[in-house]
Amino acid sequence: MTILTGIVYPLFMTGIVQLTFPSKANGSLIKKDGKIIGSELIGQKFDSSIYFWSRPSAIGYNPIPSGASNYGPTSDTLKKQVTARRVLFAKMNSISDPLAVPKEMLFASASGLDPHISQKAALLQVDRVAKARNLNAIQKQKLVQSVKNLTEMPQFLVLGEERVNVLILNLELYKIDQNITYNK
Amino acid sequence: MNEAIQLIIFMVLLIVLSPLLGKYMAKVFMGEKHIMKPVIGWLEKSVYRVSGIKSEEEMNWKTYLYAVLMFNFFGFVFLFILQMLQAYLPLNTEKLPNVSWHLAFNTAMSFTTNTNWQSYSGENTLSYFVQMLGLTVQNFVSAATGIAVVLALIRGLTRKTTDALGNFWADMTRSVLYVLLPLSIILTMALVSQGAVQTFSHSVKATTLQGTEQVIPLGPAASQIAIKQLGTNGGGFFNANSAHPFENPSPFSNFLEMFALIIISGGLVFTYGHYAKSKRHARAIFITMFILFAAGIAISLWSEYGHNNVLNVSGAMEGKETRFGVMNSILWSVTTTVTSNGSVNSMHDSLSPLSGMVSMFNMMLGEIIFGGVGSGLYGIIIFIILTVFIAGLMVGRTPEYLGKKIEAYEMKMTILAVLAPAIVIKIFSAIACSVPAGLSSLNNTGPHGLSEILYAFSSAAGNNGSAFAGLNANTVFYNLMIGFGMLIGRFGIIVPVMAIAGSMAKKKITPVSSGTFRTDNWLFVMLLISVILIVGGLTFFPPLALGPIVEHFLMNLGVGF
Repeated sequence: MTILTGIVYPLFMTGIVQLTFPSKANGSLIKKDGKIIGSELIGQKFDSSIYFWSRPSAIGYNPIPSGASNYGPTSDTLKKQVTARRVLFAKMNSISDPLAVPKEMLFASASGLDPHISQKAALLQVDRVAKARNLNAIQKQKLVQSVKNLTEMPQFLVLGEERVNVLILNLELYKIDQNITYNK
Repeated sequence: MNEAIQLIIFMVLLIVLSPLLGKYMAKVFMGEKHIMKPVIGWLEKSVYRVSGIKSEEEMNWKTYLYAVLMFNFFGFVFLFILQMLQAYLPLNTEKLPNVSWHLAFNTAMSFTTNTNWQSYSGENTLSYFVQMLGLTVQNFVSAATGIAVVLALIRGLTRKTTDALGNFWADMTRSVLYVLLPLSIILTMALVSQGAVQTFSHSVKATTLQGTEQVIPLGPAASQIAIKQLGTNGGGFFNANSAHPFENPSPFSNFLEMFALIIISGGLVFTYGHYAKSKRHARAIFITMFILFAAGIAISLWSEYGHNNVLNVSGAMEGKETRFGVMNSILWSVTTTVTSNGSVNSMHDSLSPLSGMVSMFNMMLGEIIFGGVGSGLYGIIIFIILTVFIAGLMVGRTPEYLGKKIEAYEMKMTILAVLAPAIVIKIFSAIACSVPAGLSSLNNTGPHGLSEILYAFSSAAGNNGSAFAGLNANTVFYNLMIGFGMLIGRFGIIVPVMAIAGSMAKKKITPVSSGTFRTDNWLFVMLLISVILIVGGLTFFPPLALGPIVEHFLMNLGVGF
């Protein structure tokens, strides 16, 4: 039984999926100029003004090991963090009402590796990113369009939430803004 | 709107597919013809031949129990040794050291008891070899053990004047080959198609867009995740469990994993109906579970969407993933705690106070609302016996269940099974609250700190395995306390259940008369729900009042800690 469930089963499954879904089974890695720059599914830390920001993370997007803050609903530490994040996000993106900052930008995710933010949170950042990159009006328009194009709708129309993959969106920036090379 | 549709799809599928799976499993375990027999019947035969199992030889309750205990004992020892020697074993791609003795003890106990409490973090503690040969194997066989025990109990209740309760080895082999393995194969494929990883390559170094280095862990995860969900195990390949994007990449994978963790337990109720030749009784049990399940979801959703006056936000996203949102996080948290699964897609520690309480209360009831694979059904049968007994006392007749008299011996065993987990939760929590080693692990203060401790021991006693993960449980104190808690919570019930199976099997079946208390109508459903809630409520209301309930009211007043 140990041999069957512990060796044959995982080996057999690995064999099958390596043939059928090779890219996904190996972590949906994204390469650029031959170098691995990350995985489509694993969020990265973005806090520079030239990028769309990802969600706060209790582990700073370092996946070894994954995890969350585990602060309780009445934690004062969490309260302080939420207030600070709200103020910072509103200030950086020139949002007049701090209460309008989308929820997911205030709270750290469960895995600490959440690759997504809401469409609203992405759109709110367009002005700031465009300004930091000196984009002209046409490029900025393109950027808004990219955010909309890259928005993943709920799966099969009903499952899950509408969302935008931050890493993919930031990669899209290089198509719009040819002047800046990546890994800068 | 979307939220409601998702919830309805989930519920409808559960109601429709449980009877179908139940019927299939009944055929498998009764040895009748079924669709998988031509496909893997040969494998079953060769397993018997290689291991010298005489599948037709039936066991009495003592032999059966002895086989269960021996099998689990050796499973425990094997897993313990694997971890202690991990550094010298193959497939250790990340060059991980041996696991500390107390963590190895805790993890071995956790996986043999089907609890799958995660004191370890997969990425940086366990090698692929240990994950596969240790954890994946126990995921299968601990679930199969649960099914085997409930089959023995069912045979005891439905057969008359006999000693024979079936053959443990045959029951276990059939559970694995015909139920767990085929479903795991399908689920693994589906999960990988969504992006779950399944590979033997070591972790990958990436240079992120902002120029920092990110180490991306990989591994044969999908095959283990599939069985961890199906077998109500719940121990993750990665630390963040099913919140990790490699473990649960998309809303669809989320739906499948969530459904996988409840469907076998739902199906087994109907398998019981086939054995007892009373579909109405099975339906009554299913309805009871369903009502308690739905009530839990309703309370939990209401609480989570409510306003948090401390953080000044409604539907907080702390410890939740964007792709799942609030609804899927809550549906999962309730589903994983009514069953004894314990995998998580959000961090329960950060749930609103009453949502956290619903999860905790589900476990305190003893994991009987669908419950673990096998263990949920034998758990609720214990409560049915209690209900029938109380009903019998009320009308002044000798209580009967399925035509069999319930007498002092069965009641003693029943009470033992009801008390074992309660003792662990209350006494162990009390100890943890009163010694420095227990308190120094807390991540939150105030009433939420008490909730963290209560949750840990409820999870251990209910063999659930989910956690208020802020509690640092990887200490000698907690590894040992929780380890023993899991042991008592599992075998403190299995042993009396087997004793009941043995004594009930010997009894005659009295024919149904007009004075028989019926166990297949709404009156029975209501009585059973009342008994479950009264026992659970009376036992656990005081600590819950001091933990989550008081926290809820303080939150409404805006008081933080």
